[in-house]
Amino acid sequence: MMGLEAFLGFASIRARKERESLARSDAAASDCRTAIPSSLPSDVDPLLFPIPRGGDSPPPSSSSVLEPPSYADVVFSPFESSNGASDQGPFLRLDASPRSARAVASDYRRIAVSDPQTEVEASNSLVPGGTTYVTYLITTRVRPGSDDAGPEFSVRRRFRDVVTLADRLSEAYRGFFIPPRPDKNLVDSQIMQKHEFVEHRRLALEKYLRRLAEHPVIGKSDELRVFLQEKGKLPLPTTTDVASRMMDGAVRLPKQLFGEWAAAQVASQDIVQPAKGGRDLLRIFKELKQAVVNDWSGVKPSVVEDKEFLERKEKMQDLEWQLTPASQQAEALIRSQQDVGEIMGGLGLTFIKLIKFETEESVYRSQRIRVADTKNVATAAVKASRLYQELNAHTVKHLDTLHEYLGLMVAVRSAFSDRTSTLLTVQTLMSDLTTLNTRVEKLEAASSKIFGGDRSRLRKVDELRETIRVTEDAKSCAIREYDRIKKNNRNELDRLDREKHDDFLSMLKGFVINQVGYSEKIASVWATVAEETSRYARDNN
Amino acid sequence: MISPETSPPRSSSQSPRSPPAAPFLYISVTDPVKLGNGVQAYISYRVITRTNLPEFQGPEKIVIRRYSDFVWLHDRLAEKYKGIFIPPLPEKSAVEKFRFSTEFIEMRRQALDIFINRIASHPELKQSEDLRTFLQEDEETMERARSQETGIFKKPADLIQIFKDVQTKVSDVVLGKEKPVEETDPEYEKLKHYIFGLEDHLAETQKQAFRLVKRHRELGQSLSDFGKAMKLLGACEGNSLGKVFSELGAKSELLSIKLQKEAHNLLMNFEEPLKDYVRAVQSIKVTFADRANAFRQHCELAETTKLKEINLDKLNLMRSDKVREAEMEYRELKAESEQATRRFETIVRLMNEEIVRFQEQKTADMGLAFHQFAKGQAKLANDIADAWRSVLPKIEACSVSSHHG
Repeated sequence: MMGLEAFLGFASIRARKERESLARSDAAASDCRTAIPSSLPSDVDPLLFPIPRGGDSPPPSSSSVLEPPSYADVVFSPFESSNGASDQGPFLRLDASPRSARAVASDYRRIAVSDPQTEVEASNSLVPGGTTYVTYLITTRVRPGSDDAGPEFSVRRRFRDVVTLADRLSEAYRGFFIPPRPDKNLVDSQIMQKHEFVEHRRLALEKYLRRLAEHPVIGKSDELRVFLQEKGKLPLPTTTDVASRMMDGAVRLPKQLFGEWAAAQVASQDIVQPAKGGRDLLRIFKELKQAVVNDWSGVKPSVVEDKEFLERKEKMQDLEWQLTPASQQAEALIRSQQDVGEIMGGLGLTFIKLIKFETEESVYRSQRIRVADTKNVATAAVKASRLYQELNAHTVKHLDTLHEYLGLMVAVRSAFSDRTSTLLTVQTLMSDLTTLNTRVEKLEAASSKIFGGDRSRLRKVDELRETIRVTEDAKSCAIREYDRIKKNNRNELDRLDREKHDDFLSMLKGFVINQVGYSEKIASVWATVAEETSRYARDNN
Repeated sequence: MISPETSPPRSSSQSPRSPPAAPFLYISVTDPVKLGNGVQAYISYRVITRTNLPEFQGPEKIVIRRYSDFVWLHDRLAEKYKGIFIPPLPEKSAVEKFRFSTEFIEMRRQALDIFINRIASHPELKQSEDLRTFLQEDEETMERARSQETGIFKKPADLIQIFKDVQTKVSDVVLGKEKPVEETDPEYEKLKHYIFGLEDHLAETQKQAFRLVKRHRELGQSLSDFGKAMKLLGACEGNSLGKVFSELGAKSELLSIKLQKEAHNLLMNFEEPLKDYVRAVQSIKVTFADRANAFRQHCELAETTKLKEINLDKLNLMRSDKVREAEMEYRELKAESEQATRRFETIVRLMNEEIVRFQEQKTADMGLAFHQFAKGQAKLANDIADAWRSVLPKIEACSVSSHHG
């Protein structure tokens, strides 16, 4: 059974190979001007690597362009899970990768970002003449549960909306590894409008939204749903800028400092959020103090990080440390491969020009022989060049996994810092409680010495007890939050380990298979020429 | 029957009944050794001649020669054998001389070896006495000969001729810039046009080939760096996936070495032949200049002779007593003119033969270069495929274990 599949694979591959070599040699012979890298069909995700779509290169009958790398993967297919892909190119089989398996599991069948439009900012801003911004059309098809197409939504969003979404998610999903959003670009609007930049951003947005959708928890979030489906203005609270937060905080600080404890306490539900710059100045000071105490005093706080987590955290740091050079070297490798391919093509073209010249001036028989030989080499060089460039396009796709995980490390760090800051809050509150309880004890002790009680002191004690109650509440909230984040961290780490293993393995496999396949093809191109010119070697001996 | 004078070549059988060996002349340039210090450092080569030709002193002779000796030989041949495309020398290199990289030395040695063997296989050039001097004389004689370069021209007329030659070579007379006396042979025009165009195309091709060599080296470097990074990442991952990374990294480093090798092969066996082709074309341009000079001389002398003839007739009619003197002058001039004409015609004849030989030789040379290029690329690609393919079993092992795990 496997044998038959393999045989079919062989046959179809051979047929495609012949078609391709015919097409290519025609193209090379007739067209000396454009040995431009071949085009890839549009459903191949071009990602960050700009592939110039060649003009009059391989003819449209180019399933040859998607041509399966080689016999290599047909040979190895017994180990592959039977995807029933007998005549689907192994390239497509590779696409049945762990990533696409996750995509299938998400609520959203398909997210696409398209149609960038420039709109004018209808604002009363200080800047005279409207500034412009770009909006993108985001179409989503929801997966209802069956394979049939679910309802489709389309909304228009601008980049600011994406920032809002990202911020709300990072608040709501603390402890999760939230896929990082595309960078803001703080350049002037002139550059922002440029086509390349817009295109780059469009792709980045698409990727970002798809990653969000793939996340088992965030993919089901309301924030994402609202972003993708609600028409009109994005109904999420926008990020407050630092200035207004500072003003807010400045208003509250006096109350906090002058001892109106109860009023000044942060409401318990707010304790769940990290102390934001500006708003919770007092809290920030306290937590900072706690951090210093943790580090410098000999006293260990009663609640600390567990060892297992610290080990895993260290492993993550290690990984990030190694991913950076790996990602860079991958990029350098791709660039080098690209260079070789380009020069090979250039060499072929130069030979073709030489051939043209010699043919015009051809006088001697030996000249004609030489022209024929040169033609073989030129054609081979152009073919090899195209193969290199195709190989590269696939290599980019695979090695991009390294870049992605490097980006994910940022999310990991952020999730860990959520945990750390929550722990710090817990520790701070516990210190607070200790302090408060001590004060109560002291006051009660002092008051008991006075006959009939000390009115003012007892009143103070009541106030303190009230504060303690509020603080205990806050502490419970904080501990709950801390536990929640710990759980999220653990789940995410497990998920990351699993997915990383699969993704890395898939990356390596894809990379290797592509290299093998294309190298074999390139080898056969040159072997033909070597054979055709072998008589010169014999003569020389 | 073996004649007692011919000694059989070393490599053939020693049987007394074998027929007299075909004449052969094998030369090899080997063993580059750096001599001297600092600015005066130079490379010396061993030139080994194996032959059964009677003109040579015995079956084998080894001499030590340096680059300027080769230059001497080249210039002598260029002087004596006008019309023949003298095989080109590798470039004088004032700068690289100081660095003397291994690669440079090897490239030069190869080029000199090809140079001397081309001379030895050219039907006319191989008979040159200068060649024999070069191949056989001891180093002192060679040095004397080299320094006597300027002393071989005795007649001032020759000196003036050199002057003119230099002038014309420099001022690009061959392209016919405002020079009155020029050949008008359409076929020759075509040839000139061909050679000039060919030089441009070949130069471009050679540049691309050189860039290709560089890119191979860069790719090799990238693979090495990539391999190291993968190994480190593997150490971080651990267990079976880590092993895959390590294996990948190791193969990557292995391929890096293979790429450097192929870069070297490309340089020696593809880029160098292209460079050699360019040099050969440039040598042809020198012959063009020689031909143009010879043509000009032939025309000028022919004209001068005619004038002298007219003058002579006049004097004869006038029965002047200057007749005898004039007649002698005329006869001298006529002889010179005929000589110039013969020189020119020799050059034309030789060139026609040389062009055919040139085309054939270049087809063979390029054919071989193409073969080496293709073979090298095919081997490289196969090595790459093999190296990566060997990682697959580990990958499969890893995915099987993860499915079961």
